[in-house]
Amino acid sequence: MSLFDSVASLGAAGIRFVRHVGEAGCMLFRALVGRPEIKKHFPLLVRQIYVVGVLSVTIILVSGLFIGMVLGLQGYNVLVEFKAEGSLGPLVALAILRELGPVVAALLYAGRAGSALTAEIGLMKATEQLSSMEMMAVDPLRRVVSPRFWAGIYSLPVLTVMFCVIGVYGGKLVGCDWLGLDDGTFWSATRNSVDLEDIVNCMIKSAVFAIIVNWVSLYRGWVCLPTAEGISKATTGAVVDSSLLVLGADFVLTAVMFN
Amino acid sequence: MSETLVEIRDLSFARGSHVIYDGISMSFRRGSVTAVMGPSGTGKTTLLRLIGGQLRPDSGDVIYDGDISIPSLGRDRLFEVRKRMSMLFQSGALFTDMSVFDNVAYPIREHFRLPEELVRTLVLMKLETVGLRGAAGLMPSELSGGMARRVALARAIALDPELIMYDEPFAGQDPITMAVLIQLIRKLNQTLGITSIIVSHDVNEVLSIADYAYVVADHHVIAEGTPEEIIKESSPAAHQFIHGIADGPVPFRYPAGDYLEEL
Repeated sequence: MSLFDSVASLGAAGIRFVRHVGEAGCMLFRALVGRPEIKKHFPLLVRQIYVVGVLSVTIILVSGLFIGMVLGLQGYNVLVEFKAEGSLGPLVALAILRELGPVVAALLYAGRAGSALTAEIGLMKATEQLSSMEMMAVDPLRRVVSPRFWAGIYSLPVLTVMFCVIGVYGGKLVGCDWLGLDDGTFWSATRNSVDLEDIVNCMIKSAVFAIIVNWVSLYRGWVCLPTAEGISKATTGAVVDSSLLVLGADFVLTAVMFN
Repeated sequence: MSETLVEIRDLSFARGSHVIYDGISMSFRRGSVTAVMGPSGTGKTTLLRLIGGQLRPDSGDVIYDGDISIPSLGRDRLFEVRKRMSMLFQSGALFTDMSVFDNVAYPIREHFRLPEELVRTLVLMKLETVGLRGAAGLMPSELSGGMARRVALARAIALDPELIMYDEPFAGQDPITMAVLIQLIRKLNQTLGITSIIVSHDVNEVLSIADYAYVVADHHVIAEGTPEEIIKESSPAAHQFIHGIADGPVPFRYPAGDYLEEL
């Protein structure tokens, strides 16, 4: 490929990216802006919170517990060499609150719920359900996309809190109940080193990740080619794109928050 | 009230570089059944989407009820007009997460705040019309293809539209279902006076109920008239389509380079 071609393809990729961002922005705007019809939309929202949120609780709790336990085990092994095992609590709690909680919860959410959103919207498109809604004078953006988006925005921060709580508890299980650290030391050291700021930052990150994952997943479903291959590509793309964007955004947010 | 419910004026439409319509004009009379026939791939479904305002033409106009220009409507006005029309999709397009009853109730619940008792009565009446009152509790996955299409028809008439657009209603149906659908379309047209546009390539079936028919091919209307006139139509392309001849002006082969050379 000549230099000219590669510059041209770079430009094409740039234009494609900007177009996608613009389209995704329009989609979200049209889905979210408008007269709220609480009576009609609230039941839809509750149903979607159940689908994307409640059904993700198991995977979040199990992963959180194991990640906390592994952190406890690894942290203990290192800290004990310096006779600093009393700092295990802060290590586990800060690692989870500042990074692992929001990031891993978002990644798990993207795999568990985001992919399902993409596939569902894509299939609704392929089976003409979205078209038929439009022909019935019902806006699918308001009726299908909007409740799913809001459900995700409410669910992921709550899932992140669950992840963090059970993660710290997992660290305590390994550190105190298995390796014999003192409970009191563990908790008081944790309380002394975790600020309110850490918790607020954790929630901010989680909210940003919730927007990213839900937006990307819904957009990929909304614009997918209505074929088997198109839906499978869109689903994979939704998970890959949202995971990468979450990791990128995490770096930016961390740099802003802790620097 | 104008005599013509939908009129297409000099309409052109292309998807990218692929021209679908090049200056076609058609009119659909109020209270009649009009068929639009043509080989697959000529954009018959696209025509329905243009009438429904889901697609906008590159040039030309779609006039609804005498003075409403569909392509120039804003979203809210378009939705108001769409409440007066409905479309029966080829796949039925039932909502798979709702029962048959809820599917038929869906447009009613969306647009009117009626007591649940009344919704129930209305839905059962619509289902009775298509003979599926007994299937109200089933889920779409439990229906046969023909039943799904009848449920979709019940949903399409839920708001008592003045226009129904049928997209390939007979495609892939067994003879009995086909007969049932033909009877239903005729019944809806005669008893409720619903204007019907049927897009299909099942020539015999569709001509048996149509009052007027168009044959589209190659971006244009190539024949139009009453079913009798259409059958006698002498232009080669229309004749080939109506009588089902494998090769002719509409070629059997997709355009390709020289065969020998390619081998």
